[in-house]
Amino acid sequence: MISLWDAVAPPGATIAGGFRDRAGHVDLAELQAGSTFGDALESLADRSVLIATHEQRASALALVELDGLARRVVLCTPDLSAAQLDGVAAAAEADAIVVDSPTDRSTPAPYVVSARPRALQGSRRTRVATEWVLLTSGTTGTPKLVLHTLESLAGSLLPGPDSAPRPAAGGEALVWSTFYDIRRYGGLQIYLRAVLTGAPLVLSCAGEPTAEFLGRAAAAGVTHISGTPSHWRRALMSGAAALLSPRYVRLSGEVADQALLDSLRATFPQARVAHAFASTEAGLAFDVDDGLAGFPEAFVGGGSGAVDLKVEDGTLRIRSRRNASRYLGDGAKALQGEDGYVDTGDRVELVGGRYYFRGRQGGVINVGGLKVFPEEVEAVLNAHPRVRMSLVRARRSPITGAVVVADVVLNETSAPAGADDVKQELLSLCRQVLPAHKVPAKMQIVPALELTPAGKLVRPVG
Amino acid sequence: MTRDTIVSVFNEVAVSQGRTLAPLSDDLRLTECGLDSLSFAIVVANLEDSLGVDPFNAAEWVDFPVTLGDFVQLYDRAVA
Repeated sequence: MISLWDAVAPPGATIAGGFRDRAGHVDLAELQAGSTFGDALESLADRSVLIATHEQRASALALVELDGLARRVVLCTPDLSAAQLDGVAAAAEADAIVVDSPTDRSTPAPYVVSARPRALQGSRRTRVATEWVLLTSGTTGTPKLVLHTLESLAGSLLPGPDSAPRPAAGGEALVWSTFYDIRRYGGLQIYLRAVLTGAPLVLSCAGEPTAEFLGRAAAAGVTHISGTPSHWRRALMSGAAALLSPRYVRLSGEVADQALLDSLRATFPQARVAHAFASTEAGLAFDVDDGLAGFPEAFVGGGSGAVDLKVEDGTLRIRSRRNASRYLGDGAKALQGEDGYVDTGDRVELVGGRYYFRGRQGGVINVGGLKVFPEEVEAVLNAHPRVRMSLVRARRSPITGAVVVADVVLNETSAPAGADDVKQELLSLCRQVLPAHKVPAKMQIVPALELTPAGKLVRPVG
Repeated sequence: MTRDTIVSVFNEVAVSQGRTLAPLSDDLRLTECGLDSLSFAIVVANLEDSLGVDPFNAAEWVDFPVTLGDFVQLYDRAVA
């Protein structure tokens, strides 16, 4: 059993790495004799802890401090409502919550962390294999809790027989950054890479304009940087992307199209541009670094044993040690099929020796890397007294990959009067209860929606 | 006038998304105009409906527009 801290601070070695954000910089070495929990750290032993800080830096430190100490850590994304947080706390059986500003919440027991480590009596000791829980959207608007371990998240980055070679001493120093929030799978991957290789990590701050973040990243000498295709399009549009001179540019979380890959190559001619496939449930599956969209056919069916891919019923399925172990909570469904594969729900098509992504199975819409279940939005629309039924679907977008659009059938088929008012009412209803990316960008009132013989909505494929 | 259409779509989307637009001049950087990525995605969808083109989807397109002037030019060329 090895904890994050054991890997960061092997006996006799110098501790390298740390986190930089808009407010300043903190070195991991400061945790050797200090803690952002102060003397309260010990009381978190064996607890199930929600990490729900406003700024990423506080979460970044808390994870290093709690892995190996807490029974379970739950990485809460900053967009959770108070009600969702309560639901997550119940499902995770949380008995502590870590925040970075004073809270009026009394359960679970709040722990307010400081921005910098304070003096810590005694030394750190790894006592449990901490469970790591990531959140991902579910059909009902309640996040699903996905259970991982440090091993499944970090893979070969952890010291051990299969470990990836560490960067050679004296080589050019790496500085990592990510547009992602480190509390989402894609960002957490970069966090672990930085922490486990002793490289500094430049974090974005809540509400920070893209150009400012890029300016900070450039000033910090970032060499390796990752984000979703939507993050990268935004960076290219900021005019500030060229401030960076990265050696490695990584895309994940959404389909990387050829136009974007070409733009990035033109903007960063000195960089290796790679796109990766990963999901919270399936874990990191593969990297593609030949500069082309899609992935080679040879990736599928090889069965190297480390990561097995197969395509069944048109969707990509993955079995590997990077898979999550299960969903947490009452009545949670199984995460893997009986064959041990996780169905990613991503439809792929083989064209000329290469697989290309063709949208999501079950109509899940990916808006800039955030999942939207059509049923969740339809439930909001259908609750309006004048709505008979609705269909929520994806519309392709060159900016965010997709946007959400809705077709709505009203009750009074003979009275289209006031349809515009209903549209406005429906949109403001959606804005009250849904995060912005789930609110239909376009809505049209239609006379009818097509149904299958079984009486279900006909959902567009792709 | 492509520019007028673009400006009115920017305004509509800003209102619907609850965002405050900076004064729209040709040298205004798009990332400083007050719209986020989602708002831009909606702007591009609305423009495709009203102008009938999505210049971002054209095969030969590679350069991302940085200023509002670049953005208008991109649409001007696509409509022409």
